[in-house]
Amino acid sequence: MVTRGFSGRPRPQGSAGRVPPGQSLTDDFPVLSAGPTPRVATTDWAFTLKVGPKPIARWSWAEFNALPQTTLTRDIHCVTRWSKLDTRWRGVTIDDLLAAAGVAAPTGYTLAHSFDGYSTNVPTADLVGGKAMIALAYDEAPLAAEHGGPARLLVPHLYFWKSAKWVNALQFTARDEAGFWELRGYHIHGDPWREQRFSGD
Amino acid sequence: MATEEPLFAMPPPRLLWQPATIGAIALQTPRVKSFFFDLAQPFAFQAGQHVEVRLTAPDGYQAQRSYSIASAPATAGVIELAVERLDEGEVSPFFHDIAVVGDSIELRGPIGGHFVWSLADGGPLLLFGGGSGVVPLMSMLRERAAHRATLPTLLLYSARTWDELIFRDELLALQRHQDGFELVFVLTREPARRERDYARRVDAAMLGETLARIDGAARHVFVCGSNPFVETATGALLQAGLDATFIRTERYGQ
Repeated sequence: MVTRGFSGRPRPQGSAGRVPPGQSLTDDFPVLSAGPTPRVATTDWAFTLKVGPKPIARWSWAEFNALPQTTLTRDIHCVTRWSKLDTRWRGVTIDDLLAAAGVAAPTGYTLAHSFDGYSTNVPTADLVGGKAMIALAYDEAPLAAEHGGPARLLVPHLYFWKSAKWVNALQFTARDEAGFWELRGYHIHGDPWREQRFSGD
Repeated sequence: MATEEPLFAMPPPRLLWQPATIGAIALQTPRVKSFFFDLAQPFAFQAGQHVEVRLTAPDGYQAQRSYSIASAPATAGVIELAVERLDEGEVSPFFHDIAVVGDSIELRGPIGGHFVWSLADGGPLLLFGGGSGVVPLMSMLRERAAHRATLPTLLLYSARTWDELIFRDELLALQRHQDGFELVFVLTREPARRERDYARRVDAAMLGETLARIDGAARHVFVCGSNPFVETATGALLQAGLDATFIRTERYGQ
């Protein structure tokens, strides 16, 4: 349906093929979260891998930082319709995390958990193969608390609510269990290129 | 963060775009206009939820934005959106400069299942709004008023000037009901005009004094505004001893 009198901005050039449908580019780094920003001290920080209810590996902040680290430069896309190109992250890939725990991906689905009670679900296939990491640094600086520091999940090819801030556990699950926003009307998978914003999209 | 809320018993229905006709336009402040949309297919919603609006150019190019609903669920059928003019924007200048009564705009909703309040949730209800962040809070206050509820409720609303307070006269009228609603205006670029208002940026001391004006422990706390406003307000509320799990936030960009 054409809107009377609407012509819109000049169409973006140069970033063609990098901005998913319905998104606009930003140079800022907007902050969105469901509650107050938790201030997690690295002395209190720990990260756990679980299969179902059972913990299989746990790292302190120092132990986690001693794991192999990788730098990723990726475009990110928020369901609130902003995209940001060429963001630079450093952290531990999920592949390296599994290797450090001495396991292969145990199940097809994963729930990421955070210090503030947030959770989000991601198919394990979207986390392995170099696609995702537990990020510790943004632009070569320690990750700021309002952007999810000390550590956040980074799954840049899915809408950014999947990149859980203040992450403290990955739990492998037998079924695809809906997380916080997924239980509140947001899409179970969240692929920006297919505009999977809300349930049923 | 609350994790014990009731969850959807079944997947929510698919959100479909529908044409909505602008039935009225009202100037709220020099930079904010309210648009009242008549929906072809009215939907139920909760105070605090938002909708998406989609504009389409003749070549098929589309721009989409989210706007919080300002009207109350009790008046469903007409949806009020308050649109602030952003000079660098693409959608808000269209609404301010081009849209007129009778135009048809595509819209879908309701969206958002966390930053929501309904009468059954009760109170005390504490609302903190910065700038256009007052909009979803207004929906909650209108819902409360529509049902003549008397639960202890407080709105602390920060804007630059008296004339930039959206819904100012309506809020003042609500306070005159003396039904348990406390209203605090915070002006950051002008002197305060009322006895218990403030003329500075939000800080911990201000929020401590404000919390003391409410009877009973806060159960539902909503903070909406720019990210710096939300960071400051939530930091001060935590400092004042509020439980983080009662505080819900919504942030507008940077």
